[in-house]
Formats: sequence, structure tokens, C-alpha cells
Amino acid sequence: MIRKHILRYTANQRTNHWLVAILFFMAGLSGLALFHPALFWLSHLFGGGPWTRILHPYMGVLMFLLFLGLVLRFWRANYFIANDRTWLRRIDRVMVNDEESVPPVGKYNAGQKLLFWTLLLCMLGLLFTGLVIWRAWFSAYFGITVIRWAMLLHALAGFVLILSIIVHIYAGIWIKGSVSAMMHGWVSRPWARKHHELWYREITRDERPDPPLSKKG
Amino acid sequence: MASQDIVARSATTTVPSSVRNLEEVAKLIDTTKCIGCKACQVACSEWNELRDEVGHNHGTYDNPQDLTAETWTLMRFTEHETDAGNLEWLIRKDGCMHCAEPGCLAACPSPGAIIKHANGIVDFNQDHCIGCGYCITGCPFNIPRISQKDHKAYKCTLCSDRVAVGLEPACVKTCPTGAIVFGTKEDMKEHAAERIVDLKSRGFDNAGLYDPAGVGGTHVMYVLHHADTPKLYAGLPVDPVISPLVSLWKGVSKPLALLAMGAAVLAGFFHYVRIGPNRVEEDELPHGPDPAVHEVDPSVHTYDPKREGRP
Repeated sequence: MIRKHILRYTANQRTNHWLVAILFFMAGLSGLALFHPALFWLSHLFGGGPWTRILHPYMGVLMFLLFLGLVLRFWRANYFIANDRTWLRRIDRVMVNDEESVPPVGKYNAGQKLLFWTLLLCMLGLLFTGLVIWRAWFSAYFGITVIRWAMLLHALAGFVLILSIIVHIYAGIWIKGSVSAMMHGWVSRPWARKHHELWYREITRDERPDPPLSKKG
Repeated sequence: MASQDIVARSATTTVPSSVRNLEEVAKLIDTTKCIGCKACQVACSEWNELRDEVGHNHGTYDNPQDLTAETWTLMRFTEHETDAGNLEWLIRKDGCMHCAEPGCLAACPSPGAIIKHANGIVDFNQDHCIGCGYCITGCPFNIPRISQKDHKAYKCTLCSDRVAVGLEPACVKTCPTGAIVFGTKEDMKEHAAERIVDLKSRGFDNAGLYDPAGVGGTHVMYVLHHADTPKLYAGLPVDPVISPLVSLWKGVSKPLALLAMGAAVLAGFFHYVRIGPNRVEEDELPHGPDPAVHEVDPSVHTYDPKREGRP
């Protein structure tokens, strides 16, 4: 049976994604509150400075664990393929909405794959440096130089993560249909074919045993 | 001290009040006069109402073993053998140095949790402290301690409450040998210079004042017999500076990172304005009249002549 729409994300995948997203915002906003004085007011969202300090690491660890769920679900689809290189080289065409000039990509394009691996790297970095600077539990086991490096790298990883997510969110606003794909799971066939043709072909291959009328006609 | 006298404030980017002129004060600790009686530790504990836990003897005279949230000053004892084979008992009263450029203040993320007074005293305001421990990361002297009772950072206040009403710090008042003196920084430097002349005349050729320039000078200074090797005195840093890692983390990276994040958001916005959204034309795949209906005749639905014959 062929259906009009294609399921891009299952309910479990969507739930996992949005849990990570919510925790990203909580950990991110509380982290920014501790990063720059101009953003310290964000600590009021979490019940004041001390509560922000107490909650931030727990939110971060939870975000990491949930992100691992996304990694387990999606890492296979984020392996780079030959077309990705060409796609990246013609990123300027992609930027001006000219997707006809770039080779077809699978479930994820090279940009999405780069984002995936960048996020994983940042999450790992944030986790390990975060444990080192977690005064309540772990800092006593580390020397001051290690703690200073961890502080710096934690801020750096957080910065790269936030930048990446800004790009990620904008991509969702820019590419119409992608937010709804993550909201209710479905994408239209034209959408799938336009943005992820190899994936579209793969998905629809199983439908071909029952080919269009004209062929067997 | 009056709020007009706060000249630096943690996590604050604007200029604090600076119209009043206050003379800088300093505490001068003359290690060459110290007999290690620990009266200063007791006076500190009494005046500040601190009662640290009674610890255990670890085979040294240091008691307690380390600074804690309830021990703001501590005599550190070092047995040093000179080249001539003489034993020297080097005793240093450890505690906050009240840097002119405090690393704790630079690192602190909570506005007003660490303040610097015009007279040079660096004070922690526990009411604003959030307990993150960044001050420990920033301090070149390893001084602040987080209390396990309330998770706030504590350290020597240079008895800012006493100094504010014209009294000397409690440790100074109690010192029986006059090894700790207190006054304006200029006077203390002058006093130190006299002491150093005296020490040199007694054969301590390397006697000198410890007022490290790397942190802009300090408002707690030492007279050392061996000013060329401060490390001898229980690891007093030779040239303390705010670690470059801390400067990077809490210096240029802060505004640059914010700028980059803001720029990324703006770049997205203007991309949308100039290039516009990427929409899928629904007629790219021709099919039934109502695309919202799911159960259109399926065979019609996927039929696409352009795609036919593709692998």
C-alpha cells in the first residue's frame, strides 16, 4: 500500500529529539548565565544564582544521556558518502535554494552530518570537562591546572554547541517542512525527493514491486 | 565600608563608583620576626566567630592542615637547610593576599559576589555568592575555599569590618612580636624597606619585599629573608599572575563569543530576508487534486514519468 506521506521520524525519535532540545535550552541558558555577566539575569529563570549553579550540571548530564539516545538512533544515517563531498563543495548553491545543482543526498545531507558529529564532539567535551569543574562532586580529584583547562574547554564546547544549534534551528526555519517532520513525523513525497533524494529512493524502492500502471500496464 | 568605596565588582562591565579617593592599606607580614605562635590564627578565629573542626596531627606544626572555609589564615612551617648547613625555620602566615588585580574577581560570574574596595581590600559577599568555585579557579594563591555547610566561598576579609571603623585587622592587633603590621600601603613599604636594610646588615643578602607585580601588587605583603626564592616558604609563587587560561576564559572569549552568537542569529535572519525560505513546490510531483487527502488512488499517487526507469 502506498501512502501519500513518508514517515521520517517515529514518535520515539521525535520525543527523544525534543527532550534533548528542551534540556539543551535549560542547560544552555543556565550555562550562558554563568558565562557572561550580561546574561546573568538568565539565572532568574532557574530560581536564582545558587539554583542555577546547582541545576546546570544535572541538566547537562541528563542532556548528554538523552543525546546518546539520538546518537544510537541516527549514527548510521550520518556516515559520509561520496556525494557529500560534492554537496559540501557546492554549498553556495544550496545556500541560494538551488538544490538542482547539487548531487542527491541520503537521509541527511553533508551539513546535517557535520552538525551531528560536531554535536557529539561538543557533548562529549562538555560532559568530561563539566565533571572536572563540578565542585559539588568531582573537582576535589583534580589539580588546578586541569580545572582551568576544563573551564576553558567547557566554555569553548558550549560556545560551539550553541552556534551549531543556532545554525540547526535556522535550517529548520529555512527549509520548510523540516520542523513539521520533527513535530509530527511526516514529510511529503516531493519534500523527500527534493531534499533527500537517495533516501526517498530507498524508502520508495520497496513500493516498486507494485510498480506504476504504465509499466506492467 | 561605604558602597561609594567599591571600586571593582565581579561580573560587572561598567565602571563602578570611583569619585572618592581612599588611601590604599596593606598588611605587612615580616616572616623574619614570626615565632609561629599562631596567635594570629586564634585572633582571626575569635574576631570572625569561626570554629574549625579540630583535626589530627599529621607530623608537622601546621594546624589545621590547610586553609578551609573556617580557617582564613594559617601558619605554614617549613624547615629549610641553608647551603652552610644551618637549619632555618621559615614560617609564613598564609591567607588572602588582596591582589590589586584579583583573579577571583575576574573569574566570578555572580555580580557583586566579589568586590574590591578603594583601600585595596578584596571582599567576598556570601549573600551574592552562588558557590560555583570559579574564584578558586581564578586565584593564583590557592586561597578561597567553598564551605561544605552552605556551599559559599570564604577567605580572609582583611577584617574589612574592623578597618572600616579605623581598627587594624585582628591578627595584627594580637601579634606579640610585631611581625604583622598594618597601615597605608606606602607606609608599609617604607617600613619594609627599613626592615630589609636591617636584615641585609645581618647577613640576609637576599632579604626583600614580596609585593608581586604580576597581580598588580598585593595588599598583604611579606618581608622574606630569601626574597629571591619565595618558593621556600611553603610554595609561595615566585611570579604569581592570573593564569592565561583564566584570562582567556573570562577575558576576550566572553565578548567575542556573545558577538559570534549574535552574528549567527543575524546571519540567519538576513539569509531569510535576502534568499528566503526553501519551499517544496507541491506540483513537483503531479498527483490528485487534494494533497491533504491521504487515501488517493495509490498507483496514481507515486507515478512519476521523470523518475521512471531509474535504479
